[in-house]
Amino acid sequence: MNKVLSNKKVIALYITPALFLVLALIYVPIIQTGYYGLMKWNGIGEMDFIGLKNYKVLMKDALFWKSALHSFLLALFSALSLIGYLFISIILASKIKGADLLRKIYLIPMLLASVAIAQLWMKIYHPSNGMLNIMLVAIGIEDPPAWLADANLALYAIIIPIIWQYAGFYILIYYAALKNIPESLVEAARIDGASPWQIALKIKLPLIMNVIKVTIVLAVVGSLKYFDLIYVMTGGGPNGASEVMASYMYQKAFKGFDFGYASAIGFFLLVICLVVTYIIRRFTAANEDIY
Amino acid sequence: METVKPDGAPRIGNGLDTKLVSKPIVNRLAYGIMYVFLVLVAVFQIFPIIWLFLFSLKSSQEVFNMSPFSLPENPKWENYAKVWTEGNISLYFINSVTYTLAAVILTVVLASMVTFAITRMHWKGSRLVLGLFMVGLMIPVHSTLIPLFSTFTNINLIDNPLSIILTYTAFNLPITIMILLGFYEALPREVEEAAVMDGASIHHIFFKITLPMTMPVMATAAIINMIYNWNEFVFVNTFISSDSFKTLTVGIQNFIGQYTTDWGAIGATLVISILPILIAFLILSNRIVEGIASGSVKG
Repeated sequence: MNKVLSNKKVIALYITPALFLVLALIYVPIIQTGYYGLMKWNGIGEMDFIGLKNYKVLMKDALFWKSALHSFLLALFSALSLIGYLFISIILASKIKGADLLRKIYLIPMLLASVAIAQLWMKIYHPSNGMLNIMLVAIGIEDPPAWLADANLALYAIIIPIIWQYAGFYILIYYAALKNIPESLVEAARIDGASPWQIALKIKLPLIMNVIKVTIVLAVVGSLKYFDLIYVMTGGGPNGASEVMASYMYQKAFKGFDFGYASAIGFFLLVICLVVTYIIRRFTAANEDIY
Repeated sequence: METVKPDGAPRIGNGLDTKLVSKPIVNRLAYGIMYVFLVLVAVFQIFPIIWLFLFSLKSSQEVFNMSPFSLPENPKWENYAKVWTEGNISLYFINSVTYTLAAVILTVVLASMVTFAITRMHWKGSRLVLGLFMVGLMIPVHSTLIPLFSTFTNINLIDNPLSIILTYTAFNLPITIMILLGFYEALPREVEEAAVMDGASIHHIFFKITLPMTMPVMATAAIINMIYNWNEFVFVNTFISSDSFKTLTVGIQNFIGQYTTDWGAIGATLVISILPILIAFLILSNRIVEGIASGSVKG
């Protein structure tokens, strides 16, 4: 038996195609990105090795730091919105009629293409004919804002559809985790006289702490590398007001043809994502022994 | 840590008293408020999409002069006929179907082979290889974009559907393996072991015994892959320049530009692009829910 199941040739045959694709299209490129980041390169011509100059420029690039700030703001709002999703999921999981249908409705936006969501919300935010401003005018607000065209509001106006898009995803995860809690634990607490809120805070939350940790990582890292809606809805504008790290990198590469500098941004983005993942894991690990 | 302990009879007694007297009314009220809240969230999630359906069936006059919430007076289905025939939407649609299907099949088969080798076969380094796949989940797409672009340019795969199908496959392999893994680990090994005893070859075991047994989880993984591929934007936007190879997501992005004021046409285009996923969700919602849950959180 062991002979058949440890046949090296077969193992290699089964692993190699997938491993080759992942190495060639994910791992080799991130090494190349690190390498290109040390070059001056327009993407077509010769590469010039310039050492860490791209990174030195990056450190002083006010536009980059502005976009990094926007990325972190998005991460902050995404992380905070998790509290709301937890709240909704706890209600949803407490034997509400139609809970299954509700959570499926919540999930629908997540299934749609970002481009379609972006186009739809551009119509919602349309200054004169959009659903939002028509409603605002109807309730007596005479001069509603131009949302995506307003430099003070554009970023926040995009954060709302991003939250709209992912809400159902996190509710689904929390709901599934809450449903996995053995009924006997909750029942025991109830018999002991615990109120529903005590049960939620002191029993259910600690029991799904691991899942909460994973969702914090997903929400924060997902936000730091976020791109789609911003690229389509505002292209980072007006005047950089909604630029994030990924859209800034894309613009430098495929509009500015500064591939070396854009690679430095891409590599920096990778490092930030890995470091933040590590920090969140580390920071939340202390809670591990809560139950 | 703090757990709720029974700390004396009086308190429990009190709890029971209030439960008997006031709980039903309070409970019902609280239940009602929570229900209204949940339904409001559902309305917020679904309403923009309903509004999209409404304006996709309206004429420009209706869109601009009437309430955004009014039903279309006589639904203009010709909006759909117009965008389907006028531009390249039908072509983009076929491209989306082709790339999605090709990548889904390739991904699910390759991921099944990997998962089989990792969970069923004995070899050193299997944990390391699994780790390599899993770390792939954390890599930001944008950190790979420039090298992929320049490599595809160098090997003449730029503006070629193959670059899209291979990239989709590579980037979806990690999550697909993650979805398959739980199922493989829970699957009893007796049937396979009996087949080994009977002298079956390993390929026979994989293709004729294991794969058929994992049909349900393959279906789940396939539908999740399908959603991701259908909606993908950045790779096609970066690697494909010819109209004839574009997918719906990138195609509608360019296409909508022509119709800045014809909201009916824009709406119809968007509905065409999201309809396949919505229909799939209506039929397969349980599988999709299960796939998203198992593909996102594992310890």
